[in-house]
Amino acid sequence: MTEYVIRFVAGGVIVSAFAILSDMLRPKSFAGLFGAAPSVALATLGIAVAQHGAAYAAAESFTMVYGAVALACYSVAVCQLLMRYRMAALPATVVASTVWLAVALGLLAGLGGAA
Amino acid sequence: MTALKLSPSALKQTQWYEYVVRFVLGGAATVLAGLIGKAFGVSVGGLFLALPAIFCASATLIERHERQAKEKAGLHGQRRGQTAAALDAAGAGLGSLGLVAFAVVFHLTVAASAVGAFASALTAWAAVSISAWWLRRKLRSVFDRRQRGWRSAGNSGFRP
Repeated sequence: MTEYVIRFVAGGVIVSAFAILSDMLRPKSFAGLFGAAPSVALATLGIAVAQHGAAYAAAESFTMVYGAVALACYSVAVCQLLMRYRMAALPATVVASTVWLAVALGLLAGLGGAA
Repeated sequence: MTALKLSPSALKQTQWYEYVVRFVLGGAATVLAGLIGKAFGVSVGGLFLALPAIFCASATLIERHERQAKEKAGLHGQRRGQTAAALDAAGAGLGSLGLVAFAVVFHLTVAASAVGAFASALTAWAAVSISAWWLRRKLRSVFDRRQRGWRSAGNSGFRP
């Protein structure tokens, strides 16, 4: 239980810090870079190194590459839904989550995880 | 070209509950990544380190702030809000290239030193993200200039 409380607080603090920095930055396309900040990764990998060691964290970061590629596809999908199909931000980001999930799991199934 | 600006006054637009929403979503995404790693193994857990966890909250917030700013000026701000959220998504797309660099550098260096791996991976994320953003901006300004040139040549009756 303590581990999950630490995860929750660490994740919340790091995500909020990047979000506040992003709010203050202009232009918006530059601030958007922080939408892909490694906030969840920093908290999770930190705990992984402390709890399971470097080899476990290295294996986790290997498949993180697939997640990041999926995030690029997700961002393109959100842009298209907003500009071409004129959807509002909330439904566009929720619908595009299926793109993230499909690409991430597809890459893992096709290319495999760390040996 | 708009210069890079850090404007702390922009934080006044954000309500206190919007900070709480992002904190809770960020914390929940980190817990979810841990739970999935435990249930389905380290490979599936790794995918969720790049989960667009708070993107829906951030995009909705940006859309609402832009729309409200336009509506305050007596204008219809729905399209402006969508465009601002799309710009944020475009930035996240470029940032995801940096996230790939973060993961690759961390993977290659963590065996040598954990602290060094975090420092070098964060540096790689910032360097690749900012370079991608700068390159896109440069290419876009060259493309825009060329288009303007062709348009003005067309107006003056010039045909190559």
